Amino acid sequence: MVKDIIYSIKSPYRQSMDIVGYTFGSGERSCCVVGALRGNEIQQMAICAQLVDTLKRLEESGCVISGKSVMIIPCANNYSMNIGKRFWTMDNTDINRMFPGYDQGETTQRIADGLFKAIRDYVHGIQMASFYRDGDFLPHIKMMDTDYGKIETYESLSDFGLPYGLLRTPHPYDTTTLNYNWQVWGCRAYSLFSTYTDHIGKKSTQTAVNATLRFLIAKGILKWTLHRGMHTRILNEESIRTVKTGCAGMQKKHVTIGDEVAEGDILCEIVHPLEGNTISLITSPVDGTVFFAHNKQLVMEHTDMFSIVPFSNV
Amino acid sequence: MIKPVSVAALPVAENFVIQKNRIENNAGPGTASKRVCVVTGTHGDELEGQYVCARLAKILSDGKHKLSGIVDIYPAVNPLGIDSVTRGFPMFDLDMNRIFPGSSSGSLAEVAAHDVIRDIDGADMCIDIHSSNIFLREVPQVRVSEQNESFLLQYAMMLNVDLVWIHASATVLEATLAHTLNMRGVKTLVVEMGVGMRITESYCSQLLDGILNLLRELGMWSGAGGQTRAPLVSKDHNVGFLNSDAGGIFIPRAVHGSHVNTGDSVGIVLDPLTGAIVEETLAPCSGLLFTLREYPVVFGGSLLARIMEDVKNG
Ligand SMILES: [Zn+2]
Repeated sequence: MVKDIIYSIKSPYRQSMDIVGYTFGSGERSCCVVGALRGNEIQQMAICAQLVDTLKRLEESGCVISGKSVMIIPCANNYSMNIGKRFWTMDNTDINRMFPGYDQGETTQRIADGLFKAIRDYVHGIQMASFYRDGDFLPHIKMMDTDYGKIETYESLSDFGLPYGLLRTPHPYDTTTLNYNWQVWGCRAYSLFSTYTDHIGKKSTQTAVNATLRFLIAKGILKWTLHRGMHTRILNEESIRTVKTGCAGMQKKHVTIGDEVAEGDILCEIVHPLEGNTISLITSPVDGTVFFAHNKQLVMEHTDMFSIVPFSNV
Repeated sequence: MIKPVSVAALPVAENFVIQKNRIENNAGPGTASKRVCVVTGTHGDELEGQYVCARLAKILSDGKHKLSGIVDIYPAVNPLGIDSVTRGFPMFDLDMNRIFPGSSSGSLAEVAAHDVIRDIDGADMCIDIHSSNIFLREVPQVRVSEQNESFLLQYAMMLNVDLVWIHASATVLEATLAHTLNMRGVKTLVVEMGVGMRITESYCSQLLDGILNLLRELGMWSGAGGQTRAPLVSKDHNVGFLNSDAGGIFIPRAVHGSHVNTGDSVGIVLDPLTGAIVEETLAPCSGLLFTLREYPVVFGGSLLARIMEDVKNG
């Protein structure tokens, strides 16, 4: 294992923030894994930390294929982590909206630039991602469906052995994310979503670590045996049904992620915040699996409460 | 007349409401039956537009007999943000000016963006007033994307600003309010002036004169207010960027909005612990100091100033 400082910035009042990368093996830059870009992506950092710990032992046992290398960057935003803030400490900007970065720009543009220059030449890129919606997900792997994406990359989604592989049509705000810019640069980029963000789930950490190791084995970077994981159902993000709330109040959940529901089943109640009566029952529009569940107790009108993956592709 | 533009329920006994003030005279002295919208407060920490809207509403209501057509004033596209000293849309991760045209089936912020666009749709012109951020102070300027220059520049010249900055287009900017409206045929000018969390009365008066001048040029206004200056246009000049390479506190040595000569000190960066000057920023060219840092604490990478050079070289 080689430990490098990928990028470092100076603050007037704190110790310098060093972004550390851990490299296993040598030769071809085969795969890069990036963890937290935001200060609350604790689960994402924990997954990478466990990957570093596991790969250290695998490398010592000679399991990294000769001529291949893997770099893990567990955290690129130590400053925000240490003060419990999601976005950049000073100006609240999001490093994951700054790619490919700019070396003469503002601080987060410089961080994105420094990071991107160190990671853009890898064959494969995996980002441990979190979503802007507050909620819990079934673990899944996602890639942007762009001209840069390749058919073999779509098929590689199954190599992670996660239950779902999603294709996302990019929105304008996606064009400044790491994943999108990796693809533009020619890297085969994936985003791995775990169940949580600011909470470390033991099971979901293991799921993500295994999925990454399974991918490294499938790509001939790692020689090791690991169970094959699950069959991956690949679908377009748009085919997942979103269930919204048409009123506001307190949420009382009836289902959780992974539950199978029938059309018309109650997913949650919205309760009046002052008077305690049920204002509305939110039901499933389709037979399927609960893929996402909003996890805040108070909900405003128009909130995406649940996502349901239909059993059959329509 | 005060009208609601977007209404949605918040969890505890409150509605989210975006309002506008419609001032109209269909039997005015002019022949125009045009509609102009003045919009601000998309970023909750930018307040210069609040004073412009307040003054404009008073002048137009008191002088309604001099008005022909409709002026719609939207002081707060992000009312929760302004009310809570928050730049973004509270409880929503994305910059509100990156989600237009919004969606009627999206989250509350996206539905609000959709409602604003639907309300402005069909207007002849729109002026979208921003005031930089809390870090940088700007002279009054209009920003025009180069793809819109052909149909916007003539109107930008009427707004009584100090400069018109024509910038490159970027995919991420396709989701701004201004780009969305321009693509839908509402000629929209973006004004940037002053600094976040403050009101600069002289700038507000200057822009107010410009807005009244524009209304007059459109045949909608026969009252006071008018052009007092002709702006510099960026394509005729180079723009010099001055960033800090060190961290510390920035003390300006030049006056914002003034003319500086090559080699003049624009400011110094001090180490607060030792008192040492860690960086002295000198003007790389002669020109208008149109951007100057207002917030003293700087990191490596922080923008300190921008200068529009007197004469374009080469
Ligand atoms: Zn703004």
